[in-house]
Amino acid sequence: MEILRVEGVNKSFGGLRALNNVNFSVEEGTVHAIIGPNGAGKSTFLNCLIGRLIPDTGSVMFGDISLTGMKPYEINQIGVSRVFQTPEIFGDLTLLENIMIPAIAKRDGEFKLHAFKDVSKDAEIRDKALHMLEDVGLAEKKDSVAGSLSRGDKRRLELAMCLSQDPKLLLLDEPTAGMSRADTNNTIDLLKRIGDRGITKVVIEHDMHVVFSLADKVTVLAQGAIIAEGKPEDIKGDPRVQEAYLGGAHL
Amino acid sequence: MFGLNKKDTSLFFLVLLLVVFAPFLLNPFPEGSELAQFNAGYPDLMQRFLIFGIFAIGFNILFGLTGYLSFGHAAFLGVGSYAGVWMMKLLTMNVIPAIFMSVVFAGLFSLLVGYISLRRSGIYFSILTLAFAQMSFSLAYSVLTPITNGETGLQLALDDPRILGVSSENGAIPPANFFGIPMRESFEMSAGGWLFTFNAGYYLCAVFMMIAFYIAVRIFRSPFGMMLRAVKSNQQRMNFTGLNSRPYTLAAFVISGMYAGLAGGLMVAMDPLAGAERMQWTASGEVVLMTILGGAGTLIGPVLGAGFIKYCENIFSKINDNILYGWFSGLPEGVADFLVFVIHPFIGKGWHLTLGIMFMLIVIFLPGGIMEGVERIGRLFKRKSSSDKNSSARASAAPAE
Repeated sequence: MEILRVEGVNKSFGGLRALNNVNFSVEEGTVHAIIGPNGAGKSTFLNCLIGRLIPDTGSVMFGDISLTGMKPYEINQIGVSRVFQTPEIFGDLTLLENIMIPAIAKRDGEFKLHAFKDVSKDAEIRDKALHMLEDVGLAEKKDSVAGSLSRGDKRRLELAMCLSQDPKLLLLDEPTAGMSRADTNNTIDLLKRIGDRGITKVVIEHDMHVVFSLADKVTVLAQGAIIAEGKPEDIKGDPRVQEAYLGGAHL
Repeated sequence: MFGLNKKDTSLFFLVLLLVVFAPFLLNPFPEGSELAQFNAGYPDLMQRFLIFGIFAIGFNILFGLTGYLSFGHAAFLGVGSYAGVWMMKLLTMNVIPAIFMSVVFAGLFSLLVGYISLRRSGIYFSILTLAFAQMSFSLAYSVLTPITNGETGLQLALDDPRILGVSSENGAIPPANFFGIPMRESFEMSAGGWLFTFNAGYYLCAVFMMIAFYIAVRIFRSPFGMMLRAVKSNQQRMNFTGLNSRPYTLAAFVISGMYAGLAGGLMVAMDPLAGAERMQWTASGEVVLMTILGGAGTLIGPVLGAGFIKYCENIFSKINDNILYGWFSGLPEGVADFLVFVIHPFIGKGWHLTLGIMFMLIVIFLPGGIMEGVERIGRLFKRKSSSDKNSSARASAAPAE
């Protein structure tokens, strides 16, 4: 079953056509990778999905709900979470609080004036958050301030924040960018483990190693248009993909 | 206790003790002694401590938690004051309806200002609130004269209706009272050379201040408070986490506006008049200073900041050259002249200079305000007694910035 369907999406910035008639769909429960050279429009595409950018034309359907024109928090509330390229976390808050916030958002909705409840006595949310921190291996740092974490840990924290909401669709923007090989492998393991929960994932990635160890399906974007789509093995040998990546230079 | 954790309960009782026994604590020097002018235990000043404490606690809910720096909060205090005086003119000299309506009107006005100003953040938000406050100030001075009585300020008159009370009592305006207890009634107690004053108005302020403080503590520890800190930390992440930050910031804005209204209402209860200058931008700036000086985002920092500034304002400004000569009377005349010449700019009308220097020193060396200083001293003692409780200490200090 299709969980996400994008049809005829165009997006221009001034004279630059960042997305050119993109048609794209994601099957429920799969890991779908989007690859492409720098400037191919991958991040623009993701931003169109989560409401940060509004496509000029075309439709983005999540199940039978149109995401076009919805506010970011509304899109999140219906089950779409996103991990950013540079980790977006609550740097001044503790790790535990970082996870409790999305968990509360999931339970209580976009706004609730709970000004007289004691948040530290909210056992349901607290347990969930602790559990999630254990899952990503950050439990012993639960009371540290999130801003003090290493980049790799921040990523894991952000992932845990998204997972605490039990999203239907998880969008990951280069989850291993700037990571060491060891950290990258840890992240792949983590992503594989959470794959067991049946969360559909769309991953933007540069690192072919990550793509080929995770993805069920790969879409190749170049200059704002989809140039190839298929199983990882097929994409690997596709001459169009190699040309897009290597600029047509035959080595 | 009362839904507070252990640490907050002890903090609450500490504040309660300080407030209840302030008439003693603030009068450490015997009457008539050289140092008696440093005594702050007289009703007018003690009431100010509490009223501005409430104002700063409320401001801190907005600025300390969400990081939205409002430069227009004095407008809500002013609106609260006018509403309070009008209640005393129209209804009764009992202070409760006046205080209640002050809070209500300030809340409504802050809803309007907040709804518009919160469309922007950062410096633009500050400028919008500043513009609103200055607009209110100018209107109160000019166009709204029928409501505000312009430059003279809104005062009570003998022929006010006061439909629930009496217009006049023995040819005078009846005193502001709390169910018959006049606000200016004081009980004086002299012990040895000391004179302690217990004022009815002060203790009414104390009750409101403790309620205000209690509510603030609850908000700080609530899911709502956590969301407000999330706004300050990363509003973008918050929106992509399924939370609509606008109603959160608006609620914080209105709550802090209502605190300002309460402060305005209490001012009126203590002294039934209201003037436009209460809304001026300097008054808005003052509460910003109080909060930063005491420690934005901490629970009692703003109260300490308010006390500090009001103390400087009232005590340093009273010291004049004659008093200085009195202090230096033992010194040779030339030296005394020189010392007075050096100190002169910092006292009397120059108290702002003293305050400015203190403010700079605190912001440079203790960016977290007075509370950071307290915390550092506390940590120094803790390190001496035990070395490995550090992690838990840091964890509990973290929510307070």
